[in-house]
Amino acid sequence: MATFTVDGKQYEAASGTNLLQAILSQSLDLPYFCWHPAMGSVGACRQCAVIQYQDAEDERGRLTMACMTDVQDGMIVSVEAAHAKDFRASVIEWLMENHPHDCPVCEEGGECHLQDMTVMTGHSVRRYRDKKRTWENQDLGPFIGHEMNRCITCYRCVRFYQDYAGGKDLGAFGSKSHMFFGRVEDGVLESEFAGNLVEVCPTGVFTDKPFSQHYTRKWDLQSAASVCPGCSVGCNTFASERYGVLKRLHNRYHNDLNKYFICDRGRFGSHFVNSQQRVRHAAVKANDGVFEYGDINTALNRAAEILKREDVVGIGSPRASVEANHALRQLVGDENFCRGLSDSERIVTDQACSILMKGGFRVPTVTEVESADVVFVIGEDISNTAPRIALAIRQATRNVSYEMAKTANIPLWQDAGVRGHAQHHRNSLYIASSNATRLDEIAEMTFNALSDGIAQISSQIASQISGASHENEFVKSVAEALLAAERPLLVTGTSSRDPNVLNASAAIAWALRTNGKDPSLLIVGSEANTFNAVVTCEGVTLGNALSRMADGANAVILENDLYRRAPAALVDSALAGTGDVIALDVVENDTLPNADVVLPAASYAEQTGTFVNYETRAQRFYQVFQPQDDVLPAWRWLSQIASLSGRTDASWTTVDEVTQSALAALPGIDATLEELAPTKDFRVEGEHRIARQTHRYSGRTAMTADVSVHEPKAPEDEETPYSYSMEGQNPGDQTGSAIPYSWSPGWNSNQSLFKFQEEVNGDLLGQSGGKRLFDVPSEPDAEVDKEFDFSVMQDTRDTTDGLLPFSVHDVFGSDELSAKSWPIAKRAKGPYVLVHPSDASALHASAGSGIRSHALVGSFEVVLDNRVQAGSIGIAVGLNGRVEIPEQSIELVIDPDFKPRQLGDERVIAKS
Amino acid sequence: MSEVDLIPVLSQEEVAEIEAEISHLPDRPSAAIDALMIVQKHRGWVSDESLSAIAHLLGMSTAELDGVATFYNLIYRQPVGRHVISVCDSVSCYVMGADGLAKDLEAKLGISFGETTADERFTLLPIVCLGACDKAPTMQIDEDLIENVSAERLDDIFEKYK
Amino acid sequence: MSLLDTKPLTGRVEEVGGPVFLADYEAGGGYVAAKKAITQMTPAEVIEEVKDSNLRGRGGAGFPTGTKWGFVPPGPSPDGGVKYLVCNGDEMEPGTFKDRWLISNNPHSLIEGMLIGAYAIGATKAYVFLRGEYFEPKAKLEEAIDEAKAAGYLGKGLFNTEFELDFRIHSSGGRYICGEETALLNALEGKRAQPRNKPPFPPASGAWGRPTIVNNVETYCNVPSIIEKGADWFRDLGLTEDAGTKIYGVSGRVNNPGLWELPIGTTIREIIEEHAGGMQDGYQLRGLLPGGASTDFLVEEHFDLAMDYGTIQAAGSRMGTGTMILMDDSICPVDMSRNLQHFFAQESCGFCTPCREGLPWIESLLLDIEEGRGQPGDLEVLDQNAQYIGAPGNTFCLHATGAIEPLQSALKYFREDFERHITEGRCPYRTNGSA
Ligand SMILES: Cc1cc2nc3c(=O)[nH]c(=O)nc-3n(C[C@H](O)[C@H](O)[C@H](O)COP(=O)(O)O)c2cc1C
Ligand code: SF4
Ligand code: FES
Repeated sequence: MATFTVDGKQYEAASGTNLLQAILSQSLDLPYFCWHPAMGSVGACRQCAVIQYQDAEDERGRLTMACMTDVQDGMIVSVEAAHAKDFRASVIEWLMENHPHDCPVCEEGGECHLQDMTVMTGHSVRRYRDKKRTWENQDLGPFIGHEMNRCITCYRCVRFYQDYAGGKDLGAFGSKSHMFFGRVEDGVLESEFAGNLVEVCPTGVFTDKPFSQHYTRKWDLQSAASVCPGCSVGCNTFASERYGVLKRLHNRYHNDLNKYFICDRGRFGSHFVNSQQRVRHAAVKANDGVFEYGDINTALNRAAEILKREDVVGIGSPRASVEANHALRQLVGDENFCRGLSDSERIVTDQACSILMKGGFRVPTVTEVESADVVFVIGEDISNTAPRIALAIRQATRNVSYEMAKTANIPLWQDAGVRGHAQHHRNSLYIASSNATRLDEIAEMTFNALSDGIAQISSQIASQISGASHENEFVKSVAEALLAAERPLLVTGTSSRDPNVLNASAAIAWALRTNGKDPSLLIVGSEANTFNAVVTCEGVTLGNALSRMADGANAVILENDLYRRAPAALVDSALAGTGDVIALDVVENDTLPNADVVLPAASYAEQTGTFVNYETRAQRFYQVFQPQDDVLPAWRWLSQIASLSGRTDASWTTVDEVTQSALAALPGIDATLEELAPTKDFRVEGEHRIARQTHRYSGRTAMTADVSVHEPKAPEDEETPYSYSMEGQNPGDQTGSAIPYSWSPGWNSNQSLFKFQEEVNGDLLGQSGGKRLFDVPSEPDAEVDKEFDFSVMQDTRDTTDGLLPFSVHDVFGSDELSAKSWPIAKRAKGPYVLVHPSDASALHASAGSGIRSHALVGSFEVVLDNRVQAGSIGIAVGLNGRVEIPEQSIELVIDPDFKPRQLGDERVIAKS
Repeated sequence: MSEVDLIPVLSQEEVAEIEAEISHLPDRPSAAIDALMIVQKHRGWVSDESLSAIAHLLGMSTAELDGVATFYNLIYRQPVGRHVISVCDSVSCYVMGADGLAKDLEAKLGISFGETTADERFTLLPIVCLGACDKAPTMQIDEDLIENVSAERLDDIFEKYK
Repeated sequence: MSLLDTKPLTGRVEEVGGPVFLADYEAGGGYVAAKKAITQMTPAEVIEEVKDSNLRGRGGAGFPTGTKWGFVPPGPSPDGGVKYLVCNGDEMEPGTFKDRWLISNNPHSLIEGMLIGAYAIGATKAYVFLRGEYFEPKAKLEEAIDEAKAAGYLGKGLFNTEFELDFRIHSSGGRYICGEETALLNALEGKRAQPRNKPPFPPASGAWGRPTIVNNVETYCNVPSIIEKGADWFRDLGLTEDAGTKIYGVSGRVNNPGLWELPIGTTIREIIEEHAGGMQDGYQLRGLLPGGASTDFLVEEHFDLAMDYGTIQAAGSRMGTGTMILMDDSICPVDMSRNLQHFFAQESCGFCTPCREGLPWIESLLLDIEEGRGQPGDLEVLDQNAQYIGAPGNTFCLHATGAIEPLQSALKYFREDFERHITEGRCPYRTNGSA
């Protein structure tokens, strides 16, 4: 601890931080640009100048850059001293020489860090009279706009893109006052983290292109705390709406999870909420097979009538909320409830849950991933299935550089110094995967195999750790590194659908623990609420549910496209034989046309609910705006159906009640609603609701004048601590997990976040979001391993003709909902397969050729991948609308008419 | 993933020279400047194509390498004439009348600084102090330092550079 | 008494009457010092001797060389990694032309100095970072390196010891900032030559994150004679507090511009009058930059001062590289300032704000003033910018600090000229008024 004095007042700071961070941690205002809480200091902008005095007698002091100064005990500084203030105003004056005065038309206006700092320093009169420099901008693809004239050369973009996220195609070019930040030539920014540039750039150079298209000022957005539905990490987001349209998503800090960054699937994948394919009206299929729309009561009565029948199966969904799944389960009963996972996914997910709940292994937060010293990624292409974890793994490989810096007395916040000193030294990362991954470039060693081979090698590693001696170099290296590690981390997941991979991963963890290690084991699931499995009953398998349907059972299908869960033939026969089907969903899919009653379900942004992430953390997302047309949260539809059919045990009036009921439903879970997030009764400072709208919201506009000139009354919110108006409060005695957007007086940009943190990079004030449903037992149960079968089965599939298929996941397009977001649709590749070059040449195919197979729907572009095992073929799932891939080897032929999909061509997966 | 083999863009000689530099360095990207200069020595300038090929050879991204290339004064990312005239515009030469010489040169060649003559014989560039200040004004043509330059001497000087 | 006793850097060149290569160099006692250091002295003793000699860096900053060497952790690195010894031969400081001369004429003295330096700090790899435009010096140095290798002065098992030195030249891609020692290290690593923060200082973490020493060409060239003849001899060479000789240079309207090795502390007037032959007819000396473009102007009142580090510093300037640029009375101080600021603005690396954005503003204001477009208040803007950009620590490195030195002194000593430009709306030095 260091005690230091700022302008006569004493403060405390943890030693080892820099002065800027220490000052901001006290919630004091000090302008800065190039420093970033996650990226440390480089001292480029010279904005954070303060006066440092030698001792109490020193009256002149010395100007110093706070971000480049270690905070020290007894230090005396002034932020307010005239010389420091004048210098800071000068820095703005220099930056403003060339900055265009285009704030009124700039997307950053109103939440611009440069604007804030300009006001804060008081620079207001222009003295520079030369011409401004101008640049030509680049087309950086569908996500990111580029307006180089606004650049103030703080270097944050390249530091994030290259240094932090490992991106290769954005750089800093030129020198002196002619610095250009962009690509070598026009083209799509390749990194799946490019969207963070929007928030990292302190001005309007890199902007959110989809947002710009239908632009709204930050102060005119209605926002709430939300959780990304893109994958099982559950990154926290601010979701913002206007005119009934979900306008954009920003990162919402969570100290254990996403911290400052989210991936582009999350950021740009949310536009499915506004999709033209949204289901908006209740519909009932008439006898002639044609849907009749618009009469909610008819639909509800019809549904209630179906529910009263004997044989009703309910098919839930890993992308629907805890509440919706719970409501369905209550409605149909445990013996009729299916969680909606495909059979293979169900097996692997259950195995994951079982390992999580009984294994007693440490399940790392994303932040803990960053602190691992050896990482082994097992059979999961993590950059595509849980990108935020991959970003954290990247940071983990830098820990050795901090160790080296400590020895060399380089302060850890001194970013360039730490990097320069460490050179190429990295912590060991090992990857066993079926195809090349974007983490390979920083891996110590990689191993190529299909999932059974990965499971085999992993169980060899486990036995090596336990004392066996294998010849294989990979086995020996990984085992040795894991044993030598202080914080070994194993990362695996369910995307291979092979429980053997999980078993083998758990076997390694077990072996490490037996050898006195405390390993972490991270298992990513496939969807946002996959791990809802830990709160739901086992239920029946999808195969079972489908065969009951085929035999005439009625069905309720909750937010689930059965064609993505089971072979088409099985689904066809189920839908042909079934009685009546009630389907609830957000966006159109192949299952819906087969329903008898279609009920439009609210998207995550239009309802309050809960997702359970990979750590079994249950997290609350709040309704951002009220759904339009007939749309209702799925649990509410189900609740209403229950009431109508006289079922009081399955009907609730508020979401909090459903959540409570869900939490109570399974023994062994001791989370209360209050622990998840502020409930509807929460009030800021004991009395104020949290305003979804900013205090500058242009509420009274002609927004609805086409309907009525009367200002509609703001809807009451019975379910959340928020208001649908400007009434209420945002900053104040706030609880972190419910801030609707980040704003504080003088800090209109997202940089205001530090005002909501206990200290920079610390927890959010008050409650941080979510609650893990299972905590790691402090004493692992030695008996537990007896419950597990760590043995691994050999793949015995026939490979004599054709190639053995395995599934490949693409961050853009493999996920069902985000694929229906138009920016993602533009960015996504067309259907493709990964092929080893030798197999490709045997097929007379080369990169970019098209191939097809009778076992697959449509044609696929050939992408060569040296790490794909010869004899196998990786099929990108979802890009042709299908996710199930054939089990047996497939024969392929060249498609001579194939044309690769052009960028921005939306035909393949979604409409705008 | 698929990769176009870019190395054939560079000549064997260039690759050999670059590899020789790399062999003395702790890692391949450290040879970035040397490699750019080697290719420029052979081709006069560094085209986009050469740049990608060098980046590939050094195992670095094109963006990173272009960041290096665009930083340095002596690496030309645009084609130049057969001979590059670099005229010192720094203070010692300035004191000895370099500004006048610069104007004479522009008039004589019919181009401005930064341009190349229509016959592609000369490219005219300014350069920082050439370290021959006692013989100011100075300039450099290709690798030759030329001292005590005056407008009258220009014809003689140019004779050598066809 | 040999010329080498009073002119250790240039004496042999004078004796030989041209560039000194191996045979001549050895005949004049070359590599004796290296042999002595490596076979008879411990590295610590070498460093001690250099410390005692009071040799200060000749690259501009004047930091004591022995002290700097002492910062390198002695002995082999615990991790077995290498240490580097680097020679700063970037010499892009306008008005400076001594290192080109030294490398071209006495390359073996540089090699030998570096050999001794490498031995002292335990470096096994040495680099000469050479200006890319220095083709002729490079050829000479390459020739000397080849000779030294062939003669067993470079390579492995030197002087029958374990000591080895791999010696290489890096040709710069060309930018003044490469002369700043940490930027130089980035350039050596093949990166954009942006300066690095200190700490870490290069002796702790330099090239490729390894302990590294960077010294100027002239600094290294002084080392062999210090080892050979001793620290006392070297200290006694200086006329004032400082030790050794210095290569002084003069450029501008003098009768005999050039370089001379003189005892450090020779007066400015003696250098100009006796060695440079005085001003050319019709030209009066108004001021001078004593040691390159990045030093403050000195004027008449200073001309009798001794050219040493302390004296020139006390007069408000820096000895810098010791090569002075004379401003005669035909030169407009405003236009000369513009020329200087053009250089510094062009050569800014672009990393930190005050330098990147401030210097071009200064340049454009000076151009306005020079061309008769100056406005009341412009001088205050210049003063303020000079104050904020020029204070060491306000910018990331000393490039901008150096840029402001000639400007703020010009604003001080030639203020009337600046004011006349603004009030008259023209440059009084141009016969035809504004350009
Ligand atoms: C902008 C800038 C340019 C410099 N250029 C040179 C140079 O060209 N040659 C040089 O020896 N030192 C130069 N220096 C000084 C070096 O940073 C460093 O102090 C010097 O090389 C150390 O050697 P010395 O101790 O032997 O003088 C420069 C410094 C700055 C700030
Ligand atoms: S002062 Fe700043 S911009 Fe100028 S050269 Fe140094 S680091 Fe670069
Ligand atoms: S924030 Fe401190 S210099 Fe940029």
